[in-house]
Amino acid sequence: MKRSHKPIIWSLFAAGGTFTAFMIPVMILITGLGVPLGLLPAQTLDYESVLAFVQHPLTRIALFGTIFLTVWHAAHRLRITAHDFGIRADRVVATIFYGLAAITTLVALVVLALI
Amino acid sequence: MTPRRIEFEILRYDPDKMQKPEFQTYLVPCEEDWVVLDALNYIKDELDRTLSYRWSCHMAVCGSCSMMINGEPTLSCKSFVRDLPNQVCIEPLNNFPIERDLVVVLDDFLGKLNSVKPYLIPREKKSLEEGVYLQSPAQLKKFKQFTLCINCTLCYAACPQYAHDENFVGPAALALAHRYNLDSRDVGRTARQDVVASNLGIWECSFVGACSEVCPHGVDPAGAIQQAKIASTGDYFMDLILPGRKS
Repeated sequence: MKRSHKPIIWSLFAAGGTFTAFMIPVMILITGLGVPLGLLPAQTLDYESVLAFVQHPLTRIALFGTIFLTVWHAAHRLRITAHDFGIRADRVVATIFYGLAAITTLVALVVLALI
Repeated sequence: MTPRRIEFEILRYDPDKMQKPEFQTYLVPCEEDWVVLDALNYIKDELDRTLSYRWSCHMAVCGSCSMMINGEPTLSCKSFVRDLPNQVCIEPLNNFPIERDLVVVLDDFLGKLNSVKPYLIPREKKSLEEGVYLQSPAQLKKFKQFTLCINCTLCYAACPQYAHDENFVGPAALALAHRYNLDSRDVGRTARQDVVASNLGIWECSFVGACSEVCPHGVDPAGAIQQAKIASTGDYFMDLILPGRKS
């Protein structure tokens, strides 16, 4: 039998899942607990501070990596979930979700380059 | 203690005489320490000699007595009647053609099992005089869990993916392929990958995990398949970078 090409998407799915599992708790800690509870200075999430943070080249790269992996993880997860719900039009489902992931990746690239 | 009377609804099918499978009910006086297989043996001995089912060891080792008990893929020798209600529905294993009554046709599974070469492929064949292939406890630990499979096929009955596409190689065969791939004495991984890393191999699995839930020996085929996906992903990209490399 022919070797599958699924590792291309699955590697993004696996990397995205692992990455977000570590990333999301940190983001909840900062945005959901740290700032509201006063554990971090209130201006941490000010527009100016966040903008300056995002404009740093390293942040741009890190943010792109985060968005890229997360959306491709989500796209593959949704494809499998649709399948598990009995939606068998896999080609259509895959095209829609991977298409959305590709568009989001491009938008993230452009926005992060221009911001 | 007086025996508890349990009503067993059993799916009967004789392809020579019946158009389609039909349920037949038997009232069985069950002892406290009986398993479902004991009740089936009671039916066979005392009530209806025509009932067909497979069994052998009566101790969850041979993997022959798999069936659906109240909708769950279960070894009937491991399912105690004391844990069951007064009405029990027994059907042949899901996802397999019925040969007769509770006996299913296993040809498809056996073919798939064979296709993953579930045996040791050593680097060099040793003669008896040369002794055994040595292995450390740490090397054994890597794959020991996956050796516990008894080929009972409960995982195939539980797998929604196999129900959807019978061409899927399936949990037990893939877990066993992984077991040999992890064995330090084995060099057969490349030969197995043609089946394992194909679209109908590990990549058909959507990781529902039902196989691992029903496994009577805790083999965790779903875990084996995920580990194989990681290894095969590594292969895929290495082959892209270094075409024609020896894996």
